[in-house]
Amino acid sequence: MLLITQTALELGFQYALVAMALFLSYRILDVADLTTDGCFVLGAAVSVTLAAAGHPVLAIPAAMLAGACAGFVTAFLQTRMGVPSILAGIITNTGLYTVNLMVMGWRSNASLLRADTVFTLLRSTGLGGGWYELLLSAALTLLAGGLLWLFLGTRLGLSIRATGDNRDMVRSSSVNPTFTVTVGLCVANALTGLSGAVVGQAQKSADINMGTGIVVIGLACLVIGETVLGRGGMGRGILAVLAGSVIYRFLYAAILYTKIVPIDCLKLLVAAIVALAIAAPTLKSGAAFQRRRLAARRKEAR
Amino acid sequence: MLHVRDISITFNPGTVNEKTALSHLSLHLAPGDFATVIGSNGAGKSTLLGAVAGSFTVDSGSITLDGQDVTFLPNHRRSVVIGRLFQDPLRGTAPSLTIEENLALAYLRSREEKTNPFSRINRKDKEFFAEKLKLLDMGLEDRMRQPVGLLSGGQRQALTLLMATLVTPKLLLLDEHTAALDPATAEKVLELTRTIVAERRITCLMVTHNMKQALELGSRTLMMASGNIVLDVSGPERAGMTVNDLLRRFKAGTGEDLDNDRMLLSE
Repeated sequence: MLLITQTALELGFQYALVAMALFLSYRILDVADLTTDGCFVLGAAVSVTLAAAGHPVLAIPAAMLAGACAGFVTAFLQTRMGVPSILAGIITNTGLYTVNLMVMGWRSNASLLRADTVFTLLRSTGLGGGWYELLLSAALTLLAGGLLWLFLGTRLGLSIRATGDNRDMVRSSSVNPTFTVTVGLCVANALTGLSGAVVGQAQKSADINMGTGIVVIGLACLVIGETVLGRGGMGRGILAVLAGSVIYRFLYAAILYTKIVPIDCLKLLVAAIVALAIAAPTLKSGAAFQRRRLAARRKEAR
Repeated sequence: MLHVRDISITFNPGTVNEKTALSHLSLHLAPGDFATVIGSNGAGKSTLLGAVAGSFTVDSGSITLDGQDVTFLPNHRRSVVIGRLFQDPLRGTAPSLTIEENLALAYLRSREEKTNPFSRINRKDKEFFAEKLKLLDMGLEDRMRQPVGLLSGGQRQALTLLMATLVTPKLLLLDEHTAALDPATAEKVLELTRTIVAERRITCLMVTHNMKQALELGSRTLMMASGNIVLDVSGPERAGMTVNDLLRRFKAGTGEDLDNDRMLLSE
């Protein structure tokens, strides 16, 4: 039971970075960024490959940089080339498949057998005892969350937040929305890359398919977190994705443990939950409309 | 201050929807000029403001602002020196950001603020914003940490006016900025406009559909028809003018009646 809790927390913190990236792109910038799946694998591939070459620490910022580059390509396509934002993400994502294979030396997976990772480095210092993996995952995610929170309060952060709100207003504040969308997507994908990097080193492997569906899981975490903590300022939003991600991993563990739902069906379940959660406002107003119509009809019948 | 020379804009050229919005229009505003613009539907009033602000690039001609050629300068670069208000009171503010955050963004137009993108809103900024908000006399200085989405349309338009003039612009463009407000609020926003523009001697171009306003406000009245300025009155000639005189002059100039479905002939 303790092991389950520990693992769920670890994974929760590691994957929370993806949800944080989606909070920035989907919630703040109002851009559905589908680069996420490929970008996550890119982060893991860069991280594992560099760790295998003996640079586990350098691997982390390198993976973030790689993620930011992927974000830049998506941003470039949608802001400068007029590609619709969803399509821009899908195009980058498709291209990334080849890039990811290339990063892993044209193989579909890469693994770290005896090489050091940031986790084994921490374990060898003895810090955190048996909880070293959780300690490091939590520290990295909380640090990233804190920095993101600080960043969103700066003038550049404000311009990014306003871009998702009212682009005309950003323009009349003498800021180019093309620039703010680009910065926003670079930061978001750097976070996704970081998530991939941490997961890759924790699992000591990267696989070309490890990112499939990660964007939907990230959205699920976002929705769960917002349901639990509510929507509000930036601080609450960042805490919400953290909470959402941890809750998701506990649910996942519970399903895995109790086998209520066959684990192979989990992605379908997650997809259905996310679709329902995002459709909720529409469903609610639809239901209200039907209620009013029925009430009016009943009145007429009388 | 503003020199518009022989500009033309045609929308959808070569299609059935081709529309010449501006045709060889020239206009010169001296520093401190406050010109009101009236005209029929589709006369090109908003297109003129859009062309000056950089929403549209002109097909031909040139636009110079305070000696700088801005003809091919993008919208967001021109907004460093041009403030603009739209008819839609929701268009000038970001609803999910707080009042002070909106003001901080507007303050980016000042050169000093732009140098460090990672600077944050500090106490000095807050005091400055609160002091400015007091001028609106709407109690907004006590609500600076509330999202702008909670404000009424009139409050948002007044805030937009404050934001557009927070850093004194070289030119202020007002596109029927009180038309969507209720009469009392419209009067208030108009009064604020009058005060701010007069106090800081801002050069201003204001589109209105209210004929009386067009004659009362500012120092100059322009009438537009089919993409050009057909009447330009100022000074003593304008001072003695009534709405009826204006209508007569319009008819004499264009051979048609002024036709604007929202035009208010009197109030």
